Amino acid sequence: MSKAMIRTGRLPFSKKGMREDVGRRSYRSAWGNTIIVIFMGIIAIFMALPLIYTITTAFKPINELFLYPPKFFVKNPTLKNMKDLFATMSSSYIPYSRYLFNSIMVSVLGTAGHVFIVAMAAYAFAKHSFPGGKFIFNMIVFSLMFSGYVTGVPRFIIMSKMKILDTYLALVLPMMASSLGLYLLKQFMEQMIIDETLESARIDGASEFRIVWNVVMPCVKPGWLTLILLSFKDSWGDIGSPSLYIQTESLKTLPQAMSYIQQGTIARMGAGAANSLLIMLPPIIIFIITQSNVIETMKSSGMKG
Amino acid sequence: MSRPVNAMKKTLSDRFNLKPVLKEMKRKRVCYALIAPYVILFFIFTVLPVIVSIVLSFTEYNIIEKPTFIGWSNYIQLLLDDSVFLIAVKNTFIFALITGPISYFACLIFAWLINELRPKLRAWVTLIFYAPSISGNVFLIWKYIFGGDAYGLLNSFLMDWGFINEPILWLQDANINLKVIMVVQLWLSLGTSFLAFMGGLQGVDRTLYEAGAMDGIRNRWQELYYITLPSMKPQLIFGAVMQVTASFAVSDICQQLAGFPSPLYSAHTIGLHMMDYGTIRYEMGYASTVAVILFLITTVTNSVIRKAVKPE
Repeated sequence: MSKAMIRTGRLPFSKKGMREDVGRRSYRSAWGNTIIVIFMGIIAIFMALPLIYTITTAFKPINELFLYPPKFFVKNPTLKNMKDLFATMSSSYIPYSRYLFNSIMVSVLGTAGHVFIVAMAAYAFAKHSFPGGKFIFNMIVFSLMFSGYVTGVPRFIIMSKMKILDTYLALVLPMMASSLGLYLLKQFMEQMIIDETLESARIDGASEFRIVWNVVMPCVKPGWLTLILLSFKDSWGDIGSPSLYIQTESLKTLPQAMSYIQQGTIARMGAGAANSLLIMLPPIIIFIITQSNVIETMKSSGMKG
Repeated sequence: MSRPVNAMKKTLSDRFNLKPVLKEMKRKRVCYALIAPYVILFFIFTVLPVIVSIVLSFTEYNIIEKPTFIGWSNYIQLLLDDSVFLIAVKNTFIFALITGPISYFACLIFAWLINELRPKLRAWVTLIFYAPSISGNVFLIWKYIFGGDAYGLLNSFLMDWGFINEPILWLQDANINLKVIMVVQLWLSLGTSFLAFMGGLQGVDRTLYEAGAMDGIRNRWQELYYITLPSMKPQLIFGAVMQVTASFAVSDICQQLAGFPSPLYSAHTIGLHMMDYGTIRYEMGYASTVAVILFLITTVTNSVIRKAVKPE
């Protein structure tokens, strides 16, 4: 042990070392840092380029879209692709704004419903023990181990029996029952809420429902902000379930409009990129707002094995 | 001799005496009211589908007529007679075994390196790395990057610089399209596990690092191995579950990039095979069989990994 200390040249028993150098960064080499910065820079460029390309393409005028060789950046940015999206498609039988409206409806309704029902359930699982509670919660955790894809086809059958196929409900209801959100919020509540707070609320005569909304939810704001992010991004950009459960053109969502745009006569690449831009921006904006809360929530996401 | 018998009697009577349980349930009835909305929906859209697909996998069913019981023949046909399914299994496992671990370690390493940055910079870099996975179908832009003609961005770049003379059919050539899709899949894969690792790293007790420095930790690798990773083991397990689940489900991206069906089924996956029979051919029994197989593969793999990473 002491040998190692001498080798690093930072002796913890020297006065200076005691005060400053026994921090965690003391043994980081400058070389290592440089290499890491370069490596991360390259990866960051790889991650960002397709997104930037989407943005530049969305603002390219038609002559730049079909330029050879293709250029990455845009020279004369234009809003024409955006206008095309709304204008040209409004003359077709389903206006583009309808797809946009559907996407907003589904994502907002689904996310709100998800947070609403998960808040109550997560509170019960986190702060009460009741017969069957553990068993049901374990089932929910187990369901994290297979993707919604597995249940796609049987869900289709169940929805057709429930007669909700081809309605908003077909997209909204499954989204509300996502198990990841419940798991994360339950874990977070378990860590954040102290039993004494609940006790004193009960003594004041608050019902359990009131406790959820007036006592617990204000304390776990990072938790439900995370749920909003995860649930919104899942539904806003989702192509899988809408293409399975929705056939009526006027109920389709933005990602589905993509195939329609690409078949159309309008300059498809530019309008397609404009559509992609509209799909990509809202989740990113939500993440910018909620980032620190999301990471705070993830601190308690761990599983015991 | 009599003691174990007595003990058994006691546990048996405890087990089958429902009165205290019912009493407890009545006392806690508000809990059932709280969980009811969620649990009902969870049951309808997650539990019931699993049961339904297990039942239907033993039948022939086309939605219109009543299902007829046919025993194991779906399974026999699927495993012995369906060569396209074998391609799908092979591709799914290639995805799971290659992109799964790579993306898992990428999530971990990037989260770890990003966590060392100053807070402001850290927020921006986190955004850049996480953004692709939340940008919906923006991965379609890769279609233009990997465009098969000379107008494709990568082809035009490579031809410009003289690396190749003819455009490469990145997404149509059955020999390379799977690799191209893997690149895109990796680009998309810094998702929930990445955030979980960020959270885990920030949750590590700072004083452990100071103690570690005292105990002779000499470089960042030792610090990672001896302090950081053991402290965030629960997040590592959670991340593994997320990543395994996601990598076995790869389908949409194959369909969108390589088309459906892809040339020679070169990018066919188990998920796509299921959708093919379920939503195009309406052979629900057969599709359910595929779903059951995918369900078994994913859950078994997850359980094995969870056992393997489990704290001592």
